[in-house]
Amino acid sequence: MEMLSKKATCKSHGQDSSYFLGWQEYEKNPFNEDTNPLGIIQMGLAENQLSFDLLESWLARNPDATMFGSNGGSIFKELALFQDYHGLQTFKTELVEFMAEIRRNKVRFDPQKLVLTAGATSANETLMFCLAEPGEAFLIPTPYYPGFDRDLKWRTGVKIVPIHCSSLNGFRITKAALDEAYDEALKLNLRVKGVFITNPSNPLGTTMNQDEFNHVISFAVSKNIHIVSDEIYAGTVFDSSKFTSIIEAVMDRNLEKTDIWSRIHVVSSLSKDLGLPGFRIGMIYSNNETLIAAATKMSSFGLVSSQTQYLLSKLLGDKKFTRHYIQENQRRLKKRQQVLVSGLQSYGIPCLKSNAGLFCWVDMRNLLSSNAFEAEMELWKKILYEVGLNISPGSSCHCTEPGWFRVCFANMSQETLNLSIHRLQAFVTSNGDGNYQNQKLSTRISRRNSLVVS
Amino acid sequence: MKLLSRKATCNSHGQDSSYFLGWQEYEKNPYDEVRNPTGIIQMGLAESQLSFDLLESWLAENPDASGFTRNGESIFRELALFQDYHGLPAFKKALAEFMEEIRGNKVTFDPRNLVLTAGATSANETLAFCIAEPGEAFLLPTPYYPGFDRDLKWRTGVEIVPIQCTGSNGFRITESALEDAYQLARKQNLRVKGVLVTNPSNPLGTALSRRELNLLVSFISAKNIHLISDEIYSGTVFSSPSFVSVMEVLLERNLANTQVWNRVHLVYSLSKDLGLPGFRVGAIYSNDNTVVAAATKMSSFGLVSSQTQYLLSAMLADKKFTKHYIFENQVRLQKRHAMLVRGLKNAGISCLDSNAGLFCWVDMRHLLTSKSFDAEMELWKKIVYQVGLNISPGSSCHCAEPGWFRVCFANMLEETLDLAMQRIKDFVVSTATKSSNTGRSHHLSSKYSARKSLSKWVFRLSFHHDSENER
Repeated sequence: MEMLSKKATCKSHGQDSSYFLGWQEYEKNPFNEDTNPLGIIQMGLAENQLSFDLLESWLARNPDATMFGSNGGSIFKELALFQDYHGLQTFKTELVEFMAEIRRNKVRFDPQKLVLTAGATSANETLMFCLAEPGEAFLIPTPYYPGFDRDLKWRTGVKIVPIHCSSLNGFRITKAALDEAYDEALKLNLRVKGVFITNPSNPLGTTMNQDEFNHVISFAVSKNIHIVSDEIYAGTVFDSSKFTSIIEAVMDRNLEKTDIWSRIHVVSSLSKDLGLPGFRIGMIYSNNETLIAAATKMSSFGLVSSQTQYLLSKLLGDKKFTRHYIQENQRRLKKRQQVLVSGLQSYGIPCLKSNAGLFCWVDMRNLLSSNAFEAEMELWKKILYEVGLNISPGSSCHCTEPGWFRVCFANMSQETLNLSIHRLQAFVTSNGDGNYQNQKLSTRISRRNSLVVS
Repeated sequence: MKLLSRKATCNSHGQDSSYFLGWQEYEKNPYDEVRNPTGIIQMGLAESQLSFDLLESWLAENPDASGFTRNGESIFRELALFQDYHGLPAFKKALAEFMEEIRGNKVTFDPRNLVLTAGATSANETLAFCIAEPGEAFLLPTPYYPGFDRDLKWRTGVEIVPIQCTGSNGFRITESALEDAYQLARKQNLRVKGVLVTNPSNPLGTALSRRELNLLVSFISAKNIHLISDEIYSGTVFSSPSFVSVMEVLLERNLANTQVWNRVHLVYSLSKDLGLPGFRVGAIYSNDNTVVAAATKMSSFGLVSSQTQYLLSAMLADKKFTKHYIFENQVRLQKRHAMLVRGLKNAGISCLDSNAGLFCWVDMRHLLTSKSFDAEMELWKKIVYQVGLNISPGSSCHCAEPGWFRVCFANMLEETLDLAMQRIKDFVVSTATKSSNTGRSHHLSSKYSARKSLSKWVFRLSFHHDSENER
């Protein structure tokens, strides 16, 4: 008899992928300005380290938020006992206002329709448990965040069928791609329960445009399926006016009073916007009452620490602070992205035009020795071991075309970013003699420039 | 096509049981010394509120721990970014040592074999995912914590088959009960993957005897299955015999590093011993590296906030404090336990002899109108609505015999416990009077309110919390 379950012994947690392996290499030889200047620079971690000073100065001005309100009575006991899976009301109220602010207040959220979870990781898995049976499927546009293979599939038994997006149109979702994915699922005998989008996209760093919204919404309406929109990067859009939430898009089409309204679910988190992944604050938002009721009970398996809920209720309750933070953070992210993009561009490495996220989707096809994933792996290893940069190969994100890499820019100091650009530049210069790139380099760069202007 | 999954629309979260319904009634009419003195007293919540003063004074003396500073230096950034599912090393070390202390240092725990989870709720579900396939089964001694029906079964698809324990031998686990359960599972075509025990027991409040532990080890050895020992109440043992963990028994039998060693897993949490259920701190301990590896990855779905890990790493590392806390907390628990037992005895009600937990297992069989679960429900409703006490009926804990109730004693003020005892006494007296005066109608509630106890105490704010997922 099998001693342990298949879940415990199989590999479907997906953690043998290069995404995680690169991480391990970094852990063995991590760059440090002083102690290990030749080490690997971590550019595979989508973290936001740019605005901690803002948070730290807020904390210094507001010690009560962490000291359990020492002025006028401690609420320590109250928090210590608070394990209500409906969440701390004051926190949820502030959280929905913060979410609305990020969406230019075009959408208002009702705290009663919000479920708190230990991170978006937990939120996504919980949604799958609630929306699909084992063996049913969700369609996801490629390239997508490697963690979804674990989060959406591992313990739930749900399948992922990719919606193939291509560089020919900037990886935008097309109607044809949606239909193809659906047909593919049918061929595999999989019942499709929904479409899962990440907006802004990881790894692309782009926000969904009007066309894409129309395709996805019409598709979900006609197939009678769900739309899950992971909006974890909503606060990282460099220009707020360019971000549209799925909820706003559905409202714009006057579909609030129709069936689809209860099949729209939003996931978010404070891990990217506020740079607080350690605090495990995620959420599910939905107009579907049955879903909210079930997800609330399921959140028992991953509640947010009351100590942390309290701290964040205070932080987000300071509207002057949040307004300033959102703006300043976006400004810094935009600046950083530009440093990376221009640095790469100057050595003939274009990036997909992006307006959000903590990373760029970088086109290194001209550095491949051949148009194949083996060549991509080869290049990735060179960049990891010889150049000393841990970046994420497109294949780990299920990209259908080899040669694309996700490169993070917000999880290191300015100096380190500059150094990583120098290293890459040195690599490109010394590797200017790969066969593939010699043949087509100039034509490919000019054709590409017309489609993908950085 | 069905819109939502079966999991989302069914009732197998078990939250329609009386355990949760009594809670709802309490929420509608909660007792408050001043504002609602005739309200329902919550005695269905296994929380310890006895030792917060000790924690609060520690916090006041150690501001670094809650203030994101270490030796005056800010470590906010470090903590904000820390999401490693291997957990904060300093915290795991301190937690492992705390667990050792509670076990009288008779066992040692390697922090590398400890997996942190968002509460024991998450730990139990994770272990079920790691050990069993959907449709396979765990054997659990009855009566057991109602939450297991959700935690072990809901999303995992795992089944529970009861090991029936009875009052005739103090609800101790016997060899025949184990074997019966195993055979019952087989009859139902369920493959048994393990036994799960809670030690000390919820709802019994008893620590498993060495005899029972040895029986369990032999049983799982013979059947080649796992043993999960949920030791969430291990720090609440307040009188002898002192707590014996199954790990200790394995060592005594020289089973360290054998196959069975790898099939015994512990679950722990700080929710009962430290009274911190809101902080969501749970743990799995296993000697099996595959289980540790898989559970660690699964903990991604319920990590402990780094802010909280840091606070507790500092607190638990203060050995002088933990030693004092464990001792003093147990003294207070014992006192409360004695109060409840005495109060019930005064009303002619006995409890199962117990030395741990935050509750007593109370024998109200003699108050039943008939030896049936219907009569138990009838009695329970009277106690909730007329007497004004939310206690947990044995049926909600899957007890095989009607008439037993779990009554908590550590989640209210002493005065409130006194009042609860008075109410029970009144109820018993009036019930006795009623049965010796047939035909005379009694309105127990009016009789009770006519004897409203006066509040002599200073006004105190009472805090209501809406938890519906309590042990």
